[in-house]
Amino acid sequence: MTTEFTPWASLAGGALIGLAAVLLMALHGRILGVTGILGGLLRRGNPADWSLRAALVVGMITGPLLLWAATGAMPSTEAPVPPLAIAVGGLVVGIGVSYGGGCTSGHGICGIARFSRRSVVATLVFMISTFATVYLVRHMMGGL
Amino acid sequence: MRLITALGIGVIFGLGIAISGMINPAKVLNFFDIAGTWDPSLALVMLGALAVAIPGYRLVLGRPAPALEDRFHLPQTRVIDRRLVLGSAVFGIGWGIAGFCPGGAVPALGTGEPGVYLFTASLVGGLLLAQGIQRWTGSPARTPT
Repeated sequence: MTTEFTPWASLAGGALIGLAAVLLMALHGRILGVTGILGGLLRRGNPADWSLRAALVVGMITGPLLLWAATGAMPSTEAPVPPLAIAVGGLVVGIGVSYGGGCTSGHGICGIARFSRRSVVATLVFMISTFATVYLVRHMMGGL
Repeated sequence: MRLITALGIGVIFGLGIAISGMINPAKVLNFFDIAGTWDPSLALVMLGALAVAIPGYRLVLGRPAPALEDRFHLPQTRVIDRRLVLGSAVFGIGWGIAGFCPGGAVPALGTGEPGVYLFTASLVGGLLLAQGIQRWTGSPARTPT
């Protein structure tokens, strides 16, 4: 299934993601990593810390809904793979990011932006791994 | 006050994920499918984000402390070990199978798409499983970034 190349929307959306990361560091002194935020929500830590993470998640969910209210169009969020692949993928992602210490937002954006060598390595590894997985699935296994 | 600013920052992030196309797993998978239906959009998401975050962090981290807290909470680990590399490789496999990553899926939770709930539920399952294993084996719980 093809998707349309959206250079300007992607640049603008990316800039907003970067802005959110900078604001979280400027105001709260924290890395905007969704793995870390979710992982912290699942542990019972200090309540002030927990409520901060919860507020971030509620905001994240609200953002696309505001866009929907403003434009009347909700972007597609449908994965072009069967439910079993989504379930297995979710489990594998959860384990991987726990050990890898972060995902696209934490390592890929925040980590690289502060020139963390760990994050540069992690990002290179997961990008290569994702390219290889998609190639294997789509071009050697004939899709899922 | 802390919660209002965090809510606002979450909204900006969620808007960015939606506008950029990161919210759409079909688009994400096509970025990784250079040999097939390639859609280079995600490279521009990364570019846009880093173009803001690199100078922004430089400015912010040069200050003694964040505005609403007494110190910056930055990851202290510096070591590049097997755990980092293998964990990231495993993450890539899951990302390539499902097309969702945590940052793309959480903002999509309001859309009502069943796949998003399925992914997030198994993601949470994976996070809990890893936390459980790490507690059981007694390996230090490292705060993910």
